[in-house]
Amino acid sequence: MTQKILGLQEVSGSLIAIDNARGAHNEEIVEIESAGQPTRKGRIIQLDGDRAIVQVFAGTSGLSRTNTKTTFTGHPMELSLSREILNRTFNGAGQPIDGLGAVYAKAQVNINGLPLNPVARQYPDNFIETGISAIDGLNTLIRGQKLPIFSSSGMPHDKLAIQIVRQAAIGDEENFGIVFGAMGVKRDVADHFRKSFEETGVMEKVCMFVNLANDPIIERILTPRCALAAAEYLAFEEGMHILVILTDMTSYCEALREFSSSKGEIPGRKGYPGYLYSDLASIYERAGIIEGKPGSLTQIPILTMPNDDITHPVPDLTGYITEGQLVLDSALHQNGIFPPISPLASLSRLMKDGIGEGYTRGDHAALANQLFASYAKVVQARSLASVIGEDELSPIDQSYLKFGRDFEGTFLNQGFTNKRSIVETLDLGWALLSTLPVGELDRVDQKLIDANYHPENASRILELHMVKE
Amino acid sequence: MSFTIHAINGPVVKVQGVSGFFMQEMVLVSKRRLMGEVIGITESDTLIQVYESTEGIQVGEPVEPTGQLLSCVLGPGILTNIYDGIQRSLKDLASEQGAFISIASKPESLNAEKKWPVTFNVKQGDEVRGGQVFASTPETSLITHKIMVPPDVSGKVIFVAKDGDYNIHEILLKVEAKDGSVRELTMTNRWPIRQPRPVKKQLGVSMPLVTGQRVIDTLFPIAKGGAAAVPGGFGAGKTMTQHQIAKWCDADIIVYVGCGERGNEMTEVLSEFSDLIDPKSGKPLLERTVLIANTSNMPVAAREASIYTGITLAEYYRDMGYHVALMADSTSRWAEALREISGRLEEMPAEEGFPAYLPSRIAQFYERAGMVETLGEATGSVSLIGAVSPQGADFSEPVTQNTKRFVRCFWALDKALAYARHYPAINWNDSYSEYLEDLEPWYKSNIGRDFSSLRALMTKLLHEENELNEIVKLIGADVLPDDQKLTLAIAKCVRVGFLQQNAFHAEDTYVPLEKQYKMMKVIAYLYEATRKLVEHHIPVRLIAECGVFELVEKIKYDVANSELALLDEYPKKIDQALAKVE
Repeated sequence: MTQKILGLQEVSGSLIAIDNARGAHNEEIVEIESAGQPTRKGRIIQLDGDRAIVQVFAGTSGLSRTNTKTTFTGHPMELSLSREILNRTFNGAGQPIDGLGAVYAKAQVNINGLPLNPVARQYPDNFIETGISAIDGLNTLIRGQKLPIFSSSGMPHDKLAIQIVRQAAIGDEENFGIVFGAMGVKRDVADHFRKSFEETGVMEKVCMFVNLANDPIIERILTPRCALAAAEYLAFEEGMHILVILTDMTSYCEALREFSSSKGEIPGRKGYPGYLYSDLASIYERAGIIEGKPGSLTQIPILTMPNDDITHPVPDLTGYITEGQLVLDSALHQNGIFPPISPLASLSRLMKDGIGEGYTRGDHAALANQLFASYAKVVQARSLASVIGEDELSPIDQSYLKFGRDFEGTFLNQGFTNKRSIVETLDLGWALLSTLPVGELDRVDQKLIDANYHPENASRILELHMVKE
Repeated sequence: MSFTIHAINGPVVKVQGVSGFFMQEMVLVSKRRLMGEVIGITESDTLIQVYESTEGIQVGEPVEPTGQLLSCVLGPGILTNIYDGIQRSLKDLASEQGAFISIASKPESLNAEKKWPVTFNVKQGDEVRGGQVFASTPETSLITHKIMVPPDVSGKVIFVAKDGDYNIHEILLKVEAKDGSVRELTMTNRWPIRQPRPVKKQLGVSMPLVTGQRVIDTLFPIAKGGAAAVPGGFGAGKTMTQHQIAKWCDADIIVYVGCGERGNEMTEVLSEFSDLIDPKSGKPLLERTVLIANTSNMPVAAREASIYTGITLAEYYRDMGYHVALMADSTSRWAEALREISGRLEEMPAEEGFPAYLPSRIAQFYERAGMVETLGEATGSVSLIGAVSPQGADFSEPVTQNTKRFVRCFWALDKALAYARHYPAINWNDSYSEYLEDLEPWYKSNIGRDFSSLRALMTKLLHEENELNEIVKLIGADVLPDDQKLTLAIAKCVRVGFLQQNAFHAEDTYVPLEKQYKMMKVIAYLYEATRKLVEHHIPVRLIAECGVFELVEKIKYDVANSELALLDEYPKKIDQALAKVE
């Protein structure tokens, strides 16, 4: 059904109310023409009798009660998709902005997607080697996982994402693709990503959806959905291994908050709408592997924690949905360590099933466990040292301080261009543990200690991995 | 009279005009016949929450009453199944619609074709009452499904089918009531999910739900028929704790409700439980399990219903005389679903936007736990274990606080412990169990007379360590006198050797109570023996060097669950090690 309605009743923020809308479908897309201005799109968000409340994507400036003509398209927000979307750039609402014209459409897909049936999912257990010790060794990334980066302003989260893209062996060359969704990022950040993709030579495999900081906020709400609809298509229809990078989820949530308050909804914590959890879940849950289909969809969303606060609703709710998190630590960053991934606050929930014999190496789980536990003791020793002074510490605590310095200087600090194989990472881990007294290794059994505890070789291996400035 | 949609706002649909709908009636909305439930009736409108996406619906589409309350289908075939929040079989949906759940379809909750071998235990002329078991059929290799007379039926049996194979719709029994009306009974019946099923009488709690997790069974036990809450920030291990209990606890039936959580977690439970073999029966764990999965990206109204669907299924098996344990992960997501729908209805919010009726809803849920005598005069129980996901790991938020009021067992998960990879990260200072006293007689007569005193010793050591740590933080451990150093060393044995438990270790993932008891005995013996040395002014440093603490800490790995006799040799081993010190 298509019908044109003249005029509108009310404008409030990005919302308009239109009467005589009988026959409109919930959540369908409308087109709004007004004299002398480009045609805008909007979406019906509420119906009440004859009245439809429409959310206008590009903002409502210039609209009056009489100068509009509204067309109901009769279908929800859809994206035209085919393999041709690779090496293309779109705006936040899925329109091409690279001047290459419309995409040949093999499929029309509703950007909201559908929930994946848990029965049809395949449990992800396929290890992705990123070449970064802090990830491979301690917080292993698994194909089909959603693993966000929790960062804050001024931290090198973009650099880390680029390093992962460059080094990660996600699939064989042919079948590998990246979908990049930028929400409310600065122009230079988007350019930086593009340049890095070009330098790495993967641009032909990248599909970009870009909503810049000064683009309409309503489009920002659509951006991750467009990106994921494209990613789902490539992964599950075209059988590709897709890595989705979404940055910055905090801007997305702020857009959602702005939109929610303009609708007059009852706010939850910090003014964010009460449905923020469900809304974020509808984005993050669109990752995984389907039983019997060749492709996979791995998500790395990036979010900045306002004021470095991990209990802020955005990182908090994200952590409840995603399968772990990589937390960047400002203290490590200030000490010049890259990547500054905090070992204790970070976690990969899927790690347990993707490591060990047949995936990485048999000793991986126990080693990672011991490294975590030992590093936790470093933190205790440091806080004690800050009170009573380093010299007063017991010999054991002193050895932990040294372990901490070595761990951060070698294992964590590997630099932007350095790629370590998983075997190198694990051997380095054992070399570090070998600098501790053997009695302190309480998470590994005797067999592993006998095979891997070699204090005599430790300093040589550590020397090898010290990043030379 | 026909009714039509007047307004749509997210999952809430309004029908205008005077209608014959009743509260909590199940209705079918729009031409696509989406499932919905009446949640409000005003002078001019009826409010309906829809359990599926309302995208694409128009004003003016029909709304059809069904005359039934929102209910579950109860009968054989529930176990090993995986349902969504309104009891649609996800396996059937997957084979019908493919990997993604598109809307509007209501496949039967139970397989209608399958023939079940039924054995009867009543004969023509018998008097039967509501809740009485009149036949049985093996539902899985582990569980016998007892077919019961519905609670509202009683009278004289005027027809009994012969023992044999029947499907769920064939008539098995005809009962003539006193007033002469005849009810035909099949294997199945329906029960409204929001109404507790009736019981003959509530019994007190008296035995523990043994989980095989040391920190729970020993320090903070939950009773069969009890309720416990597991609050914790993300990454603290709520889901792991729930999974461990679901795998190893000694309930007969497990109902696992994934309420607004991750899809992959449900996939994991499904595949892991099919592969895992129950140590007691030698059968796959899935044979005693039913899963309810309403993941975070599935419709929010069905998430609200999923908890009730789960508990109704649990009560149904309880009525057969089984001990049922229900895990709900997570009740916070359920509360958020309440908040979201309440917001759509423009109700006046109370704390943090949650509706004012949040506490009463939480109370209604947890009060459905209990050890009961069923109408059929068997003993059964429903134990509830609800995970709570407090925002920002802040336990003062409304869901955690209100849950705390209605459960008697509280396992507080601690991020600091999880960071140090101390799992299960149940903080021994913040957690509690009010079931200790109720269960004491059971522990005394079934495990050991000194069980409680050993537990008290563990608690005392941990408590003293906590106080000493305050001092250590300021001045270091080296300046403490030797008796306090010993307390720290033994407390470490308790923490590392006893409380920490490795879920991925074949022997350590499940530990029988007997072993827990003997491990405590060894630790107590070690404490006694070393204390004597310290009294003779032998420094703790020297004692530590003989490796006796490591010896005890590694018991959990060194002594297999099948060789508990080995534990009796540890006092001798400790003596031998300590002899070298002197």
